[in-house]
Amino acid sequence: MKKEVVSIYVDNKANVLTRVVSLYGRRGFNIDSLTVSATNDPDISRITITFEGDNLTLHQIVSQTEKLEVVRSIKTLDGKKSFFRELLMVKVAADKEKRREVKEIVDIYRAKIISLTKDEMVLELTGAPEKLDAFLDMLTDYDITDICRTGVTGIEK
Amino acid sequence: MKMTGAELVMNVLLEHGVDTVFGYPGGTALFLYDELYKYSDRIKHVLVAHEQGGAHAADGYARATGKTGVAFSTSGPGATNLVTGIATAYMDSIPTVFITANVGKHLIGRDAFQEICITGVTFPITKHNYFVNNKEDLADALRNAFRIANEGRKGPVLVDITKDVTEAIVDYEPREPYPLGKIKTEDCEAKAEKFARLINASSKPVIMVGGGVIASESYEEVIRLSEKADMPVVTTLMGMGAVPSSCERYFGMIGMHGSFAANKAISEADLILTLGSRFSDRVALKPDSFGKKAKILQIDIDKSEVGKNVAVSEYIVGDCKEVLEKLVPLADKADHSAWLAEIKGWNMEKPMTVKEDNGRMNPQEIIEYLCDHSDKETVFVTDVGQHQMWAAQYVKQTSPRNFLSSGGLGTMGFGYGAAIGAQMGNPDKRVIHLTGDGSFHMNLNEACTAVSNNLPIITVIFNNRVLGMVYQWQTAFYGKRYSNTTPERKTDFVKLIEAFGGHGFRVNDMNELAEAYSKALNMEGPVWIECNIAVEDKVLPMIPNGKTIDDMLFE
Repeated sequence: MKKEVVSIYVDNKANVLTRVVSLYGRRGFNIDSLTVSATNDPDISRITITFEGDNLTLHQIVSQTEKLEVVRSIKTLDGKKSFFRELLMVKVAADKEKRREVKEIVDIYRAKIISLTKDEMVLELTGAPEKLDAFLDMLTDYDITDICRTGVTGIEK
Repeated sequence: MKMTGAELVMNVLLEHGVDTVFGYPGGTALFLYDELYKYSDRIKHVLVAHEQGGAHAADGYARATGKTGVAFSTSGPGATNLVTGIATAYMDSIPTVFITANVGKHLIGRDAFQEICITGVTFPITKHNYFVNNKEDLADALRNAFRIANEGRKGPVLVDITKDVTEAIVDYEPREPYPLGKIKTEDCEAKAEKFARLINASSKPVIMVGGGVIASESYEEVIRLSEKADMPVVTTLMGMGAVPSSCERYFGMIGMHGSFAANKAISEADLILTLGSRFSDRVALKPDSFGKKAKILQIDIDKSEVGKNVAVSEYIVGDCKEVLEKLVPLADKADHSAWLAEIKGWNMEKPMTVKEDNGRMNPQEIIEYLCDHSDKETVFVTDVGQHQMWAAQYVKQTSPRNFLSSGGLGTMGFGYGAAIGAQMGNPDKRVIHLTGDGSFHMNLNEACTAVSNNLPIITVIFNNRVLGMVYQWQTAFYGKRYSNTTPERKTDFVKLIEAFGGHGFRVNDMNELAEAYSKALNMEGPVWIECNIAVEDKVLPMIPNGKTIDDMLFE
């Protein structure tokens, strides 16, 4: 099983996301994340999906997606030749004592504290998905009350 | 040129050579139907009893003629009634365009009377669909619909048009149909050479023909390859008709109810060349064991079919006809007479025989009789169930597009609508609709359409008074617990078709069938012949789900 990131250029039209998601739903493709964003061309949007799978899964996802009329092109992003980024926000319950320890981790990872109250802090980190995973792993020693991640977006070098 | 959106629809249909459409009017479709009235000298609209019949008719028309089938419906229930027909065409890759009206733009999203989001409903069963609520988009959507329906792997496209767009005044400029995008066949030459090398090196090769051969009309190439390289041919249900039954290298259908010889050929082959076939679960019942001893070479226009269900050794993504044109000259003249003799031996060992003279009518005998006493160009259309498989096993194929059956979706009730479509597309051919009492009860209401249009379709009903295919499974696998398969219906088919305004016969033996059939052939309008067959008649042989030829049942 390999982690794959696939970038899909689609027509920027109504229902395009529904068509893609409906395809994955009915074919039983299990994906980890999906993001949609604008591109430099207003007629085209980019969908980035990540999933884990073998070559047959990759072939099925790519070749079935390609058949959608709204898909202009589709590309598997090579990890060595692409940048992947994701944004994470995490809420940690921390009193005065814990706050200092969390701050230390935040500094090492070059994350940001975007909100702070007496018993809670909200942290933000942007980076490669592995970096976010590692950051979260460090925080498991603390009381995480909420997490949200945007999903991966990628661009070729 | 200024005209209404509805009139533009007529003109785009004419651009694409459409002269026959099927459908049913309704409130939101009034502007479209007003134009169908005005264009009735150029576009024949066949009014059906139910939109499902209209969808199957458009599908049957496309299967029988190779042209694009077109059906109209109104919004809401009209559109949802099309759904089974659209899905049937989708599963069998039949080029069709469905045009539905929707409520006016100002009512969209307000749960208006007869409003339904038919584009949402049909995402999974169309190649693409359009929701047109802007008059400027109408012509492009319709032209693209015809392009998409026929480009690459064919299939249905739906265009949903809001009522205000059909009424609005638009600019119309005639133009040629959009060109069909070519499927890029990468390294076709090199790959064809490799295919040829493998074929030339094989000693037990088989050609496996699927629906893609019909879609690409590459029958001649298939026969040329079979003759030149001395390769036996087997087909899937969807490939039937590509090779005539009389061809000495043809061994019939493979799969669950295929012949022993055809299935054995697949399991013993050292090379399988599969053409436009997707290895469905009714063909490759146990995908891991399919063609276990063979190198499988696949040609398919749809890249996503490569290795989807069965892993293959080599493949070429492309149109069967184009690839075969390159491949046939590269194949060596070969002599596989020993291999062919081996398959013929299997055919002798477990033949597909027609039992006669056991004091009643056998379904196989009925089909054989019909084939032997019908014109060679007769189109056989089936419904779904036991009679369908008997037809697939025993109808003598003469030419392509003369055997129409719902393969992928297995739609009971497909037959009558499809037969109407086939007859409209082939006014000079005889159309015979083979059905069972179960399937026929679903959509026999289309008899009124056949009567109104004076269509001489002969419907042969295989009546065993049970839902035969499920009954057969209950007999074999569910301890004879006949849950809801013995409906105790008292339908008098002869009186029923007479009530519709057609003719009917009930026959109990082969002599009565002969008499009824010869009369039917000379009658005007639709004729039903009800054949009483025994409930014990089973579809055999059979490979149970998930099993192989070693587990084939013969009784």
